[in-house]
Amino acid sequence: MDRWIARLLFLAACSSTAVLAAIAVFIFKEGVPIMARSGLGNFLFGTTWAPLAGQFGILPFIVGSLLVTAGALALGVPLGVACAFYLAEFAPRQWVSVLKPAIELLAGIPSVVYGFMGVMWLAPLIRRHLGGPGLSILAASCVLAIMILPTIVGVSVDSIQAISRRYKEGALALGATDWQTLWRVQWPAARSGILAGVILGMGRAVGETMAVIMVSGNATQIPNSILDSARTLTANIAIEMGYAVGEHRQALFATGVVLFFFIMILNAIALRVARRRF
Amino acid sequence: MKTRSKGTMPVCTSLAVLGLLLGSGCSRSTGRSVTLAGSTAFQPFAEKLAERYMATHAGARVNVQGGGSAVGIQSALSGAAEIGMADLLQLPDEAKALSATIVARDGIAIVVHPQNPVVALSAEQARAVFSGKTANWKVLGGPDAAIRVISREEGSGTRRSFDKLVLAGEALAAGSLFQNSNGTVREAVASDAAAVGYVSVGLVNKRVKALKYNGVDPTNADVANGTYPLARPIFFLTRGALAPHVQEFVDYVLSPEAQGILEHEGLIRAK
Repeated sequence: MDRWIARLLFLAACSSTAVLAAIAVFIFKEGVPIMARSGLGNFLFGTTWAPLAGQFGILPFIVGSLLVTAGALALGVPLGVACAFYLAEFAPRQWVSVLKPAIELLAGIPSVVYGFMGVMWLAPLIRRHLGGPGLSILAASCVLAIMILPTIVGVSVDSIQAISRRYKEGALALGATDWQTLWRVQWPAARSGILAGVILGMGRAVGETMAVIMVSGNATQIPNSILDSARTLTANIAIEMGYAVGEHRQALFATGVVLFFFIMILNAIALRVARRRF
Repeated sequence: MKTRSKGTMPVCTSLAVLGLLLGSGCSRSTGRSVTLAGSTAFQPFAEKLAERYMATHAGARVNVQGGGSAVGIQSALSGAAEIGMADLLQLPDEAKALSATIVARDGIAIVVHPQNPVVALSAEQARAVFSGKTANWKVLGGPDAAIRVISREEGSGTRRSFDKLVLAGEALAAGSLFQNSNGTVREAVASDAAAVGYVSVGLVNKRVKALKYNGVDPTNADVANGTYPLARPIFFLTRGALAPHVQEFVDYVLSPEAQGILEHEGLIRAK
């Protein structure tokens, strides 16, 4: 009996990996031929995307994805980590009982609602006060920063609370101030957990599609500033999917292949940074 | 032995019944079901007609799916749908094997923010605006503001028709923004005083201002009599001889009643 249950669990574990493998095989099978035909260099570093004219350069979308994600992390991480330390260490109990569920609720709001808020409120604000089309990298980064907050805060709070109380008590007993304790003792101890939260948040930012399509303007040229419109890799697939046939469709799968590697590279970098000793 | 056969019989029958149900559900040729797929521009109108048709024809089933004009052509070719819908100025070569019926016509209006003082564009001006040669509203008698071109994504039926009619071979302005439906183009233009875009005439409302093109207002009457040039036909694409129930639906769509509904919803009658 035990053996059968073990086998059953093994099958369950395999099935999720099998799905991943099936997806990988499928997008590679569909996407790789067009990359080979137009040349990997032309595909990755070409700056013109005109699929109906046979030009498939996706560099603008790679740049777009990088900038939007970097912007989201630059805004979201300091805010999220600061929020996590406040909730875990300094907030009075009744505040925690209000703030924590409220932040978790952010994760439950559908992305199309964030996008709608971005289009109706944030983009006009940026256009009026900072210039540019409003639908921009900055708008997308702001929206994504809020969307990744619950992930970053949630994981960070858990990892800060997992630190032994003795570290803090010891530091305070040695005469360290609250700030010294936080920065020299608690932050190094919680760092790897917090980075795990940041990586999860980054994954969400790279993969988010709906909200980004709505607020980024989806231009196909390489942006000059964060006030310019840009298109991300995910947005490119989602926008053109409905009309794409033949080579155009293959090029969208190839965009998926690039996205696949993009996320793996980002994760590898993040893991390496997380393991590094300061 | 006896009890065992009693036990398996109901299982076998229920499996057989299940198989029959699944089988009949999957096959499209049985029954009186018609599937339409394609053009997202015509999809809402097709849904409305399908609803009305099913209400008046007992037992008829009409499924309407979107996907875009390209999907319409593909699914008519592969037989995934009995009728493919496409809103294209000119059908591509792969559609030659299909018979095309024009079921309606749809105008494309160039729209700007209601506060924009510009009211008309000539064909040359429109081409200059959308290709990026004219980059400031000042040139056209508007405020000193950079023109923001909002277009549709590559492959869209509306986009293809517009490119052909207005840009006529020139490339779209490099910094253009893209929205992926007629409705979102309208909202993007409605919220940006310096924007210009194009949408189906049926979707123009108070939130945006439709410009005269070559001196003609984009009203349905002017599209219908041919004075407003920015219009494209909406095709029903079918393959081979039509089954009677499919023919019946096509006839219904071309009937005065259905054409009246389309006109009421903002499209133009098929000639």
